Amino acid sequence: MRDEDTLVRRVPVKDELKKRVVKGPDGLEFEVDPIQDYYCDARPEVRPGSYVRIVEDLFNWARSESLWILGFGTGCGAIEMRPLMTPRFDAYRYGIQWRPTPRQANLFVISGYLSVKTLKRAIRSYEQMQSPKYVVGLGSCTINGGMYWDSYNTIKKLDEYLPVDVYIAGCMPRPEALLAGFEELKRIIRAGKAEGANLYAQNFDWYKANQKRVIHDWDMPDYNW
Amino acid sequence: MRTLLESLKERFPLGPITEQRPDLAFVTVERETLRPLIVHLRDREGFTHLVLLTAVDWIEENLFQLTYLVHDRANARDIGLRVMLPRDEPEMESIHDLWPTAATYQRELKEMFGIPFPGSPRLDEEFILEGWVDIPPYRRDFDTLKFAEENFEHRAGRGTTDPATHMRERMATQGGSK
Repeated sequence: MRDEDTLVRRVPVKDELKKRVVKGPDGLEFEVDPIQDYYCDARPEVRPGSYVRIVEDLFNWARSESLWILGFGTGCGAIEMRPLMTPRFDAYRYGIQWRPTPRQANLFVISGYLSVKTLKRAIRSYEQMQSPKYVVGLGSCTINGGMYWDSYNTIKKLDEYLPVDVYIAGCMPRPEALLAGFEELKRIIRAGKAEGANLYAQNFDWYKANQKRVIHDWDMPDYNW
Repeated sequence: MRTLLESLKERFPLGPITEQRPDLAFVTVERETLRPLIVHLRDREGFTHLVLLTAVDWIEENLFQLTYLVHDRANARDIGLRVMLPRDEPEMESIHDLWPTAATYQRELKEMFGIPFPGSPRLDEEFILEGWVDIPPYRRDFDTLKFAEENFEHRAGRGTTDPATHMRERMATQGGSK
């Protein structure tokens, strides 16, 4: 029952991911294999830094001042982040803003507990973001499971599945704690230590193995962007 | 409510009745009685709203309890119909043709308790869980802690402290303020 292969195989492939024949607008029929045709299967690559240290430092300074958060809410933090967007706490004055699509964002805030079902979407969103990209784990749930430590459906340790740069402890952290966490992230970026995307590319197989261990119905390519 | 229950008793074989409040009563019925009774309540007595359909796992008695709660809006009263099913074969008749919303409840019960409702739409599709591989998680013989420990990586260093003993030890070692 607990054998890895049987766990994966017992879940059938979804209909929309099966091979099928599609008729185009010009009347031609052609075969589509969604997993091969709709996704790019190239592995992520390590992004080399600039040759000159001072240039890389300049880039890192620029990156640290442009943190664009992906508007992807999981758990309670999705609501708790909203005060930051309003005049009272106003994260925008720190160069932080929220974007609706992963293509425009470089900071992924995992804002609370992450169920296995949401983890799948989080992985896909993370992989679609542009490098260099950063991950912030928000709240106790991302650190050690928090109050969901014995839940059958939430992951307990976020950095097994995505490279995390900063954790912000609390249940939930106050907006001030978030602002402090973002400032900490900026310091890490300026110091050139926020290498999450490169770590992910380097340890890609390890991350994929961890992800597949909990996502039993893995029905997407290993790298989808 | 009392007169309604009396008239129901004449028409249907009813099990034990619990009158929780003047406007809320629970009636235990047999599996076969449920459908005629609920149709009667809906069409003749004005209980037009299915409030909820839920299940309880009485593992000690080897039973599943289904509760159909229906609401009479005009008289502001509720009746809960309880059906006890054996855990070994908990199959139950679907009522999605009476209330379309029941199909959603039945999908949830199928996934979380493993109670099948043959004929209910989209019953075998995944409802909340994706790629679930163990027994239905709301069954009480499913050990959620054991599953979490086997399935997920845990961060070391997590401890629990009973607040009462912790404070007592702290007072003993550090001394408390009078």
